[in-house]
Amino acid sequence: MKDVDRRQFLKMAGLGGVVFASGLGCASTKSGTGYEAAQDEFFFVQLSDTHWGFKGAFNPDAEGTLPKAIAAVNALDPQPDFIVFTGDLTHTTDDPAERRKRMTQFKEHIAKLKTQRIRLMPGEHDASLDNGDAFKEFFGQTHYSFDHKGVHFIALDNVSDPKGAIGDEQLKWLASDLATQKPDSRIVVLTHRPLFPLYPQWDWATRDGDKAIEALMPYQNVTVFYGHIHQEHHFKTAHIEHHAARSLIFPQPAPGSTPKRVPVAWDPAHPYQGLGFRSIEAEPKELKLTEFPVVKA
Amino acid sequence: MNRRLFLLLPLATAAWAQPEPRVIAVRAKKFEFTPAEIPLKVGEPVVLEFTTEDVHMGFDAPGLGLHADIVVGKPVRVPFTPAKSGSFDFACDVFCGEGHEEMGGVIIVA
Repeated sequence: MKDVDRRQFLKMAGLGGVVFASGLGCASTKSGTGYEAAQDEFFFVQLSDTHWGFKGAFNPDAEGTLPKAIAAVNALDPQPDFIVFTGDLTHTTDDPAERRKRMTQFKEHIAKLKTQRIRLMPGEHDASLDNGDAFKEFFGQTHYSFDHKGVHFIALDNVSDPKGAIGDEQLKWLASDLATQKPDSRIVVLTHRPLFPLYPQWDWATRDGDKAIEALMPYQNVTVFYGHIHQEHHFKTAHIEHHAARSLIFPQPAPGSTPKRVPVAWDPAHPYQGLGFRSIEAEPKELKLTEFPVVKA
Repeated sequence: MNRRLFLLLPLATAAWAQPEPRVIAVRAKKFEFTPAEIPLKVGEPVVLEFTTEDVHMGFDAPGLGLHADIVVGKPVRVPFTPAKSGSFDFACDVFCGEGHEEMGGVIIVA
């Protein structure tokens, strides 16, 4: 395993913003300021960790942030082919009724997205306390695959088991799903937790993620998009790239950079700093990532 | 006395005489471990005995290769002899609710 080459990353970075071109071999990103996104073959948008229902000082505008993000996505021209949410749609609660209330409200909000082709997956806040029961009631299966314009997408559930594992049954399904693909197929994996052990001391890992990576390894063009860690992060396990998305509630510190895993404090001088979403353009030989803030600077 | 048995007797006695490892009770409950700071000594064998007072918890200290699933009503014992000094963070790795992210501690080996 190795970090994505920093020089390569900076070489591709635009002035004043971060860019990364990924994937299917290599990735590039840039920061978006005008909410414009050029469509080559197609692009989709990744939002993550909205934590609907959270209340606290780490985001005094918790109820306003998701609507702002939705407005920002709706301002994209052209619109994405589809939108994915990589988990923690809602903030956890011990009360099953409250969980369903939060999921109802979340559903009402995302109904305002112009693009209604939406793919959802759970985070541990949505699914770990009831093994995904409420999520399935509201949003359907927690793992699945689909194809879009020559790219095979696989959504993996590593949260319905509170131990943060994918589980043997789903790994078997993954193997059978991958068996339908060619070694050079373009494959995008969507999941919540990192599949690699990014920082297990903070529970930033998937217990049996190594088995999923092992299953993906024979395929030459695999890129993983995930959430959970509330910050942009880029990593490689051999040829497989892993890209974490920013959150839409509060940012977390860099892995191991602070004694405790405490969210980054809200800065009234720079509200919404560190929050955002990304677009991913599928071009013939690469995926191009563009990072967007929740609100324009 | 059988000569072979006679020769082995001192070894058996020495093994018998070794003290039992110190047992350190570690209690988990939403959303804390008690104690959250566990001091150990290099080379001293101990047994970490985990219990949970409410829900299924996990103990994960990746820097030491220690892991335990802590199920309600079933204490789990993890023998361990520290081989190196340092501070090693541990965390709950079974999602247990809103305070899960803050649930952790440190093993300090001197």
